[in-house]
Amino acid sequence: MPTVSAPVIVARDLCKRFGEFVAVDHIDFDVEAGESFGFLGPNGAGKTSTMRMIGCVSPATAGTLAIFGFDPATDGPRIRARIGVVPQSDQLDAELTVLENLVVYGRFFDIPRAECRRRAAELLEFVQLAERKDDRVEPLSGGMKRRLTIARSLINEPHLLLLDEPTTGLDPQARHVLWDRLYRLKQRGVTLVLTTHYMDEAEQLCDRLVVMDRGRIVAEGSPRALIEQHSTREVLELRFEVGRNEGREGDLVGIGDRTETLPDRVLLYVDDGESALAEVHRRGHDPVGSLIRRSSLEDVFLRLTGRSLVD
Amino acid sequence: MTDHAPAMPRAVRVWESQLAVYRRVWKSNVLGAFVQPLVFMLGMGLGVGALVDEGPDSTAILGGVTYFAFFAPALLATTAMFIAVQSSLWETLDQFMWGNQYRAMVSTPLTPHDVADGAALWHATRVGIAVTGVAVVLQFFTDTRTIAVVPAMGAGILTGLAFALPITAYTATRQDDHSFVLVIRLGMIPMFLFSGAFYPISQLPAWFQPIARLTPLYHGVELCRGLVLGSLDAGQAAIDLAYLLLFVVAGWLACRATFTRRLQP
Repeated sequence: MPTVSAPVIVARDLCKRFGEFVAVDHIDFDVEAGESFGFLGPNGAGKTSTMRMIGCVSPATAGTLAIFGFDPATDGPRIRARIGVVPQSDQLDAELTVLENLVVYGRFFDIPRAECRRRAAELLEFVQLAERKDDRVEPLSGGMKRRLTIARSLINEPHLLLLDEPTTGLDPQARHVLWDRLYRLKQRGVTLVLTTHYMDEAEQLCDRLVVMDRGRIVAEGSPRALIEQHSTREVLELRFEVGRNEGREGDLVGIGDRTETLPDRVLLYVDDGESALAEVHRRGHDPVGSLIRRSSLEDVFLRLTGRSLVD
Repeated sequence: MTDHAPAMPRAVRVWESQLAVYRRVWKSNVLGAFVQPLVFMLGMGLGVGALVDEGPDSTAILGGVTYFAFFAPALLATTAMFIAVQSSLWETLDQFMWGNQYRAMVSTPLTPHDVADGAALWHATRVGIAVTGVAVVLQFFTDTRTIAVVPAMGAGILTGLAFALPITAYTATRQDDHSFVLVIRLGMIPMFLFSGAFYPISQLPAWFQPIARLTPLYHGVELCRGLVLGSLDAGQAAIDLAYLLLFVVAGWLACRATFTRRLQP
């Protein structure tokens, strides 16, 4: 048996190819027990393929992967017995009730029926769906279905929970409820591994994350460390009249560490937004709008890949 | 933690989950299993039977029995085929694509092989329910009232699986249901009409008879009829049985392969 202090996941030179297409391209990472670890990247970066390899539902093409010290290729069922999976699209059984969904799923883990019911009641309390237990799944809202999926993924009391874009498509309030529940799980010692293309989600939930782009890991660290390392303290966003954002870099040189011209605005990476804005005005520019904000992971991503996270 | 060996084969867990959904529809489904063969037997037996039994050589051509006794036992096999097809086309694709139940199953300790085996068990159950309906209705009529209907039910279930498993393996490779109507129109309906269920295949042109013999349904019909009427030839029965088993085993292995490719890409 692996020792408690060993990393929950160890990946070395991990690759996934589908024919000619390279989805995951030689990545290395470790996830420690009790940690909350994120894969951040745009669609097609290889996040889901990586998650499916960790979930032991997609064999690695090359490289090594160990989960709880076991090899997914030979010990898939044993590993899966200890992990919970929240897939990108809910895979609930629409024909069954909320409670039945949990019990039927629990049976796949060979948990006795009575025990499934006991855990289901507890989990439905946890995700605030107890009063809907006898309702069919279909009329539930997107946020409720997500919460039910999370409850279902916890029926086997997993040590490791995999969440693939847990809040994509949810409204802001539903996202905050979900984040709160995930934070509570983390406090109970569950190791969380999630993918997201929302910077705020990564900043809220992840102790540590890797930024993925085109199948590779391009940066790794805590959200704060990544921002400090790859961006400045503040960002000054300037908006000029339509079609007049381009061609200003030359005039703005030296105000900040660097500038980034997007179709709708110009970003200046600076340590002090106020004095930078004053300098912009002093040089005779007259933006129609300006905004000073803290650097975010979005800026890190832009810096590392030259592209926005959400296209 | 659940590291120990499972208390039951894991495929049984898959079967259990199908049963949980079936419990919502079982009443209409079971009722249909009795009503449909009854309507069929009365309609064909009273109408076509009266017409055929008046024919000069009909009894000789049918092997010494009434038309009702000839065709009614064949319903064990034909019903099995249609239920098997229903269960292995849309109902199976749904769990790969729209309901996604199979994908959820393989993120638990269940493997694609367990899911394939569980699907096979479930097909056998669905077919078994339908075949039981036919068997019970056969007992309403003196021509077909026999304890031999019990082994004939087994032959019916085997016939169903000879269709269900290869078709399930095929369904596991599909991304849409466009071809399913063709499977029924070009596969099942012609088989239903030309596999000796409603007339002996000796009535078909000589060149066509070998083709009829190639279909699993022909062998299923022969087995079911032979068992119910007590006219079974041991050698022929062995061939029929072996032929059906070939489809079952090949289909089962194919299911395990296509489920693995689909569920663990």
